[in-house]
Amino acid sequence: MPRRLLRDRQIVIDEWRYVAEGAADAGAPLIVSFDQWQMEPDTWIARGCPLGVVLSAAHKIEQLAPDLARFALIAAEFSGPGEGRGYSQARLLRERWNFKGELRATGYVRRDQLFFMARCGFNSFELPEADLEDAHKAFSTFSAAYQPSNDLGLAVKLRRDITASA
Amino acid sequence: MYRYDLTDRTLVQERVAQFRDQTRRFLAGDLSEDEFRHLRLRNGLYIQRHAPMLRVAIPYGLLSSTQLRTLAGIARRYDRGYGHFTTRQNIQYNWPKLETVPDILADLAEVEMHAIQTSGNCIRNITSDHLAGVTPNELEDPRPWCEIIRQWSSFHPEFTYLPRKFKIAVTGAPQDRAASLVHDVGVHIVRGSNGDLGFEILAGGGLGRTPIIGQVVREFLPREHLLTYLEAILRVYNLEGRRDNLTKARIKILVRSLGIEEFTRRVEAEWELLRDFGPRVDDAQIARMRGFFNPPAYLKLPNCEPDLGKETAFRAWYRYNTAAHKVPGYRAVFVSLKKPDMPPGDATDGQMELIADLADRYSFGEVRVTHTQNLLLADVEQRKAYELWQTLAGAGLATPNIGTLTDMICCPGLDFCSLANAGSIDVAKLINERFDDYDYIYDLGEIDVKMSGCMNACGHHHVGNIGILGVDKGGEEWYQITIGGAAGADASLGSVIGPSVAKTQVPETIARLLDVYVEERQPEERFLDTVRRLGVKPFKERVYAAPIAA
Repeated sequence: MPRRLLRDRQIVIDEWRYVAEGAADAGAPLIVSFDQWQMEPDTWIARGCPLGVVLSAAHKIEQLAPDLARFALIAAEFSGPGEGRGYSQARLLRERWNFKGELRATGYVRRDQLFFMARCGFNSFELPEADLEDAHKAFSTFSAAYQPSNDLGLAVKLRRDITASA
Repeated sequence: MYRYDLTDRTLVQERVAQFRDQTRRFLAGDLSEDEFRHLRLRNGLYIQRHAPMLRVAIPYGLLSSTQLRTLAGIARRYDRGYGHFTTRQNIQYNWPKLETVPDILADLAEVEMHAIQTSGNCIRNITSDHLAGVTPNELEDPRPWCEIIRQWSSFHPEFTYLPRKFKIAVTGAPQDRAASLVHDVGVHIVRGSNGDLGFEILAGGGLGRTPIIGQVVREFLPREHLLTYLEAILRVYNLEGRRDNLTKARIKILVRSLGIEEFTRRVEAEWELLRDFGPRVDDAQIARMRGFFNPPAYLKLPNCEPDLGKETAFRAWYRYNTAAHKVPGYRAVFVSLKKPDMPPGDATDGQMELIADLADRYSFGEVRVTHTQNLLLADVEQRKAYELWQTLAGAGLATPNIGTLTDMICCPGLDFCSLANAGSIDVAKLINERFDDYDYIYDLGEIDVKMSGCMNACGHHHVGNIGILGVDKGGEEWYQITIGGAAGADASLGSVIGPSVAKTQVPETIARLLDVYVEERQPEERFLDTVRRLGVKPFKERVYAAPIAA
């Protein structure tokens, strides 16, 4: 069954396949793990398809940075409800490395995390089916924020009276 | 004090709605216990021994009389008529029902209060000096900075799922009354070599299982960079802190394992990259925030000590329970929550309402919570001290013991807390029963006793001049005693004197420690100084020389 996910606040069918999910059609977008990528980048490049990479929480963005232009998608993996490194990874990718592609949260992703994830720069979310229909509500959890951020499309009013972005 | 604007008000109301929905989904079975745990913890809600425990934030310990009345009302309506003030200047309720917590949060939101980030692995309530703004030798009032940090840290999207909890304390005076050296980050307002005010930043302090004194990361940070520097520290911690072992997840373990030099190098490197992109605090914003903490309308009064010819009890109270004020004619007045027959830090609904009334009458409508679990009326006219004392004494709130042996810090212990190994409230009671002679207590002078029911150290026992730690020995409650700890600017960790003692032996153990002090002290020497001069040995020898009756 094709995977449904939330991307740019719409429920869509995922056109991406993870390598572990089996052979994709030639030319279909493919997500490799960071370790697979590091072991044989040329093999993946030779496929000629759009490439994505999935990072574990322990991976350093700096390790990926030289290859960033190769990827149309980066997925950060959340191992459980307490995992929080992906939030920093997302901000680094968006703010420091200027990554413009799809930034996806995968693994343990629930609607209660979406607001902060979106504020850190994630724009797609692999949610359990049960969470999917109601998840859009999470984006309007708060209508204002104290911190400047790089959320894409959240209707959040920034409190510029305490902190200004330089 | 800081007053909410429309944004602040909207945010706390939206939080109430969010938590109401999460609670509903949990009760309907849509969220598992574990999933709900992560959500409720970030709202100050623990599941305790008897019932949920709700911790309400009191930002840097500052309350209006209206807020205190609401806290009293919550105690009466949703709890059992009392609340417990904590070492981090918050208040805890021990008996609320889970289903009523969203309503409690809604009541709090009405008076600009909340329980946001009072537990869980996130940035907790910002604490500060309870004498902020009134103490004579302060460089600058730290509270505007506390509020700036409070806002920045509230719902910070990147730092809400940290490896472990994260506590920040801010001070503005040479004395450290906020235990900042045992916080994850300590922020000290200091004057730089160019004469400007800025911050000294410390990191890696903490108590718990592995007590460590914080170390300096940066000696002087220009003030506009405060938030970006905190972001750099938090980001290094969020990415590098251990997540595989709960007991090694605090930033102190990261700082210790990297060493302060390497930790500092990483923070500085991160800061270089983000300092020009992150939130900068400019002069207009600082001025605006300071405006909330302007001094109240003090009267022009002569500095007149109240008639000390009055009765002895008043004189003792005035000496111990009031502190110097920078404005002539005023004193800061402690409201002691250390009455011998009450658990330390507890106040009833009626007491809270009375204190709120007294705040309106005597102290510009504001009340503060101290990290030693007392309350404070910061701006009392000296000439009205006597009538204030009469009212406080009538309500059991004038125990003249601030800074003395019986002004104990104490966690809720086994009576309430599901983490505790041993009781602490009943030990406090035993100590109070043993030491009830005020001539003796005053002769001992300044000494602090801090007690925790387990090694999580909520009662700060490591930094007590005398520390008492509850331990479980084969299902029995025993107590390990330390001496020589201190929480101020000269913070130190106490040393264990020897094998732990039974509950009933604690008072005699303390008595023997105090005997050594009384015999050995030099003129003007505090208990702490004597321990530092002599070391643990003579104290240890005395305690264990003869068996103590159980």
